[in-house]
Order: sequence, then C-alpha cells, then structure tokens
Amino acid sequence: MSSDAITIPALQIQEKPWVDLLHEWVTTVDHKRLGILYIVYALVFLVFGGIEALIIRVQLMHSHNNFVSPQVFNRMFTMHGTTMIFFVVMPVLFGFANYLVPLMIGARDMAFPRLNAFSFWLSAFGGLLLYFSFLGGSGLYGAGSAPDVGWWAYAPLTARAFSPGHSSDYWTLALLVSGFGSIGTSINIIATILCLRCPGMKLNRMPLLAWLNLVMAGMVLIAITPLSAAQIMLLIDRYLGGHFFDAQAGGSAVLWMHFFWIFGHPEVYILVIPAFAFLSEIVPVFSRKPIFGYPVMVAATICIAFVSLSVWAHHMFTVGMNSYANSFFAITTMAVGIPTGIKIFNWIGTMWGGRILFKVPMLFCLGFLFQFLIAGLTGIMQAAAPFDWQLSLSYFVVAHFHYVIVGGILFALFGAFYYWCPKMTGRMLSERLGRWHFWLFVIGFHMTFDVMHIPGLLGMPRRIYTYEPGRGWDTLNLIVSIGAFIQAIAILVFVWNLISSYFKGAKAGNDPWDAWTLEWSTSSPPPPYNFATIPVVASRRPLWDLKHPEDPDSLYE
Amino acid sequence: MSAVASSAVEIPPAWTLPYRGKVAMASLIIAESAIFTIFVVAYLFYLGKSLTGPTPREVLETPIFFTICLLSSSITVHFASKSLERNNRATFLALWSLTIILGGLFLFGTGIEWHRLIYEHGLKISTNLFGTTYYSLVGLHAFHVSAGLIMLTIVLIFGLAGQVHEDQFRRVGVLALYWHFVDAVWVVVFTVVYIVGR
Repeated sequence: MSSDAITIPALQIQEKPWVDLLHEWVTTVDHKRLGILYIVYALVFLVFGGIEALIIRVQLMHSHNNFVSPQVFNRMFTMHGTTMIFFVVMPVLFGFANYLVPLMIGARDMAFPRLNAFSFWLSAFGGLLLYFSFLGGSGLYGAGSAPDVGWWAYAPLTARAFSPGHSSDYWTLALLVSGFGSIGTSINIIATILCLRCPGMKLNRMPLLAWLNLVMAGMVLIAITPLSAAQIMLLIDRYLGGHFFDAQAGGSAVLWMHFFWIFGHPEVYILVIPAFAFLSEIVPVFSRKPIFGYPVMVAATICIAFVSLSVWAHHMFTVGMNSYANSFFAITTMAVGIPTGIKIFNWIGTMWGGRILFKVPMLFCLGFLFQFLIAGLTGIMQAAAPFDWQLSLSYFVVAHFHYVIVGGILFALFGAFYYWCPKMTGRMLSERLGRWHFWLFVIGFHMTFDVMHIPGLLGMPRRIYTYEPGRGWDTLNLIVSIGAFIQAIAILVFVWNLISSYFKGAKAGNDPWDAWTLEWSTSSPPPPYNFATIPVVASRRPLWDLKHPEDPDSLYE
Repeated sequence: MSAVASSAVEIPPAWTLPYRGKVAMASLIIAESAIFTIFVVAYLFYLGKSLTGPTPREVLETPIFFTICLLSSSITVHFASKSLERNNRATFLALWSLTIILGGLFLFGTGIEWHRLIYEHGLKISTNLFGTTYYSLVGLHAFHVSAGLIMLTIVLIFGLAGQVHEDQFRRVGVLALYWHFVDAVWVVVFTVVYIVGR
C-alpha cells in the first residue's frame, strides 16, 4: 500500500472521475483530509452565521426598523450565537488541530483514524440538525421555525409550554451530537500527543501548538460534558415529563444557568487556547527568534485551564447569589488575567529585539495582541460584580465577548490560514489580497465593536429587536452596522483569496517561511503518510538543527 | 526530505510511549466522570425539594446483594485479563463469563427495583423531582452497565470462537478499565442515593 502511494503523482489523482473523488473524501480517515473537511465545513457555517449577524445589524440600523419581525429577530440571534460557537469556531480549531498535531509531532496519523472520521461526521450531522429546524422546527406539518431561546437557552424558556414544536429539540440534539463529536476528537488529540510522538520528541520539546491543543482537549473532556449532561436533562424534561428545570414542580431555573455556564465559560478558553497556540507558532517565526519563556507558556496555559473551571458564575452576578459567591467568582475571574498577561508578555518578549517580518500572518497576530488585550481589560471591568450589575445583559457585554472572539480568536485564525494554507494546498495565499483583507477587517472590526461599547454603557440591552428614537443610540448603531458590512466585504476578499490562490497562487515549496517545526520538513501538501521515514528530533526546533548543523539548539536546551 | 531530520541526531536508546488504548479510555473516563458529576449534583441539589411524595426514605431499599454482584465483577474481570496475559485462555473465558453473569445480575436487580417502585409505589420519572433525578442518575449508570455488557459479550463471542489471544491482552485490558469505571461510579451512586439521600 505505502509503496504504491509513493509513486502516484498528483496529476493522476486529479484525473479521477468526480464521483470517485467525492467517495474518497467522504470515506477518508486521513487526518489531513479530515482537517480540511472540518475547516471547509466551518467556513460554510461561517457564511450562515455571518448572514444572520448581518440581518441582526440591518434590523438595528435605526430605531423602529421593520426589516424583520421580533420572532425572526429572536431566531437570528439564537442561530447566530449557536452557529458561530459550535459550528464555526469549534470545528475550525479542531480542523487545524487535526491537520497540524500529527505533522508537528512527527506522526503518520492520529491515534484513532476511524474515530476521527466518526467524530467529524457527528459534528457535521449536528450542524445539519440545527439548520434542519428551519424546515422541521414545528414538525413537518407546519411552517418551520428555528430555535429562538437564545444560545444559552435559559429555563423555563425551553419548557414545552414556552417552546412548543421541535425547534428547541433540534437545538438540544444538535449540541448533544456535536458535543459527542468534540469529545471523540479530544480523546483522539490526547491519545495522539501522548502516544505517537516521534523519537526524541519529549514533552518538553513538543511544539507549543501541540502542548496547547493537549490542554484544550483536556478542557473539552471536562467542560463540554456538563453541557451534554444538561442537554440530556432537558430532553428528559421535554420528552419524559421530568422536572429538572420545571419551577412548578420545585425544579430550579438557576440550576440550568449553573450547568450551562460551567460549560459556557471554560468554552471560551477552549476556543482561545488554540488561538494562543497559533500565535505561539507564528510570532517566533516572523520575529526570527525562538519563543520566549517556553516552560512558562506551558505552565500559564495549564494555569488558565484550571482557573477557568472556577469562574463560571460571573455570568450570573445579576441572578442574586450571596455576597460570598459574588466575591469568589469576581476574584477567580480577575485571577485569570495573571496567566493570560504572562502569555502576552511572552509574545512581546519573543518579538523584542527580533527581526520582525510584517507578513500577513504576523499582521493578524499583532492585531490579536492589541485587541485581545483590550478585550481582557473590559473583561476585568465586568469581573467587578457591582459594575457588572450595571453592564450585564447590555451591549457592553456583547461588545466585550465579540472583542474576544472576533478581535482575538478570529484574527489568530486568519493568521493561521495565511501561515498554514501554503502547507495544505501547496500554494501561497496572495500577500496583496491578504493586506486588503487585514486592513478592511481591522477597520470594520473597530467600527463595529469599539463603538458597540457605547450604547451598552448608555443602557441599550442586548437581544432587543428595536428601540425608541431619541435615546442617542441611532447614530452609534448605524456606525456599528456599517462596520459589520465592511467586515463582510473583508471576508469576501479572504474567500476570494482562498479560491484564486488555490488555482493560481505561487508555488509554496516545502518551507516558505523558513520555519522550524516538523510540518515544514515534508512536502506541501504532505503525502498521505506524512513522512517517508519517521523523524528523530533533539530539540524544540528540529528544522533549525537541520539547517544549522554547526549551531543546533540541542546544545543549549 | 523528512529523512534528513534524522541524519543529524541519534535515535534515543529507549523510546516507549504509553499505550493509546489506555490513554483514550482514561480520557473517556474523565469525560464520563464529568457527566456523572452533573447528574449527582442535580440529585443532591434536589434532595428533599420534591413537592409531592413518595420520598426516598419511604420507598428505597438498599440493594446490597446486587451491589456485591457488581463490585465482585470488577475482581473477576481483573483476573480474567490477567489470565489472558498469561495465556490461560480457559480461565480467561470462565472468569469473563462470570463477569457478564454478575453484571447481568446487577442489571436484573435494577430492573426488579424499578418494577417495584413503579407498580407498588407509583414512582415514575414524571411523578416528582425525586423520580426525575433518581431514574436519571440510576438509569444513566444502568445504561453504562448495559453498554459494558454488550462489549463484554462481543469479546466473549470472539473468545468462544477462539479469536482472543494473549497478544490482545492490552485491548481486553482497556475494556476491563471501562468496567472498573462502571463499578466505581456505582460506589458513588450507591453512596449518594442509598446512604446520603435517605
């Protein structure tokens, strides 16, 4: 099998009929193909979630707007939130982890290739279930309706009485199914990293991307499962007549909040830790220096993972917990700022004195650093419980978490696309279009999310479908909406860049960035078996050792 | 190209990594523990909060015999995989079958108890909060016992067909690990439901 595969040139593969090609992709268990499937799937859902965001922004563009009805507006913000978290950011991060982790640790595939495929198709099926609710939400006999209970689906909104039909069930099942997919992938990532490292790749020589994905996968095991458990309880309530969240039978709506946020807050770190991982690989390469403070980076990541498991109730300051609980969650939330600050200083320390190359991946990483810092600062503001009583459920909160997810995670992701796409397709993304993408997105992002803080401070609540004129919100909301469209144009530039460079981009070669980790030692795109012979490493930068045999890192580590 | 990476450095003398099956099962156990934790928390949180009867004190009886069955099946499965490692296949099959019988007995015990609760005391999942939390927690555990029994039975069928050999002891050990977890969870559920909860 393997000797055959070596001799097949790329040209022959493209001559296959498209049915065979489709069959290959659908039945694949190769970690690189599954990684690309994850990424493409996430990009498709990014378009859906993006259209929903634009509908929300058009509706809020000025006061007393009638672009959509209140009911449709509720569906849009519910679907936007659910889609973006569970079917865009999670799968795209899993896609990169799938693609990169085996290559970076010198393995030929994930530990369980078939489990890997199974997990992907579970997640994909979850996304289809969620969007099928547009057709089947009221049962197949009536007009469809999507879930409209908000992405955190507080009880008792999800009770049968308040959520008739099946839209909430599609929401529940979609998250349950994709949650099982996430758990499967995480088990795979952990087993791959612990059991398939190439000779010499000790834990303290692993690329930081592998380390951070290991921590992320561990968090998925502990943090996604409470959501699965809560979804099972919700299904028991809705289908078997249970009373978990039924206040009329003594059940508690607050318990759902706890269960949801025990998942919900660590989820933010599950999303952001892989973004940290991208930065930790890209910043050193474009600063031409090894990462500053490698062990501290690992320690800070593990520290973030631990602390983040005890901060969830800062989403619930306005619920009416006692002052001890409020103080505890305020303190732990602020404490997360310490290891996160360490990371930011480490990236700055890496750049310090380096010969910085301002290529597109690096531009996005710099954007991340700046914006993630601001997002962290507004986070600290809301960690103070009394101040949060003012801000909770306002657009200030919306601005804050979009600053984290768009300004932080999405920027890091774009950086990762520009950095690793040459490896995946064998062709460089256009630098010129990349700069257009970057600057348009920066301008659109700041127009939208900087300005969005202000109506929040002025008291504009989130999730309202329209508002009265004369409150000083109109102009601000108009600017926010215009910014959203500029971001959409930037995304179109990005998609055009992906498509056009796939066909006529410059050939990348094995190592276009002069980088140091193992994925750049094989061809672009890598062969199905990744490495003809399993590499052996002696330091954290095996390719540096290879390129500079007179002065290898292994002498100093 | 990748081969050159190895030219510069020597292969470290002893390079052994953990068995992937064991690592994966340990990860699954961590994830499952989190699920059970949430159900246990819900059970404890709703203790005594039911608006109507029956209450746990009125209707629950401690299933001591069936608990002994399940806990001793952990011992049999341990020695079953040990005997496979020593290539003692007759002992393996005997102990493995005993494990399935003990697990099946436990499941039968759960069935009897549920039958009694439903038909004698009228306690259903929709009766009150106790019913909801009790059937969910015990049912989640019984589901895991059932899944385990199915997997154990598949191995037994292969074993009877002569397809399970000593070099597969690590794979069988992964299943044994899962079975130990199912038993350990029962210790927690038993403590919470039959000791603390009454």
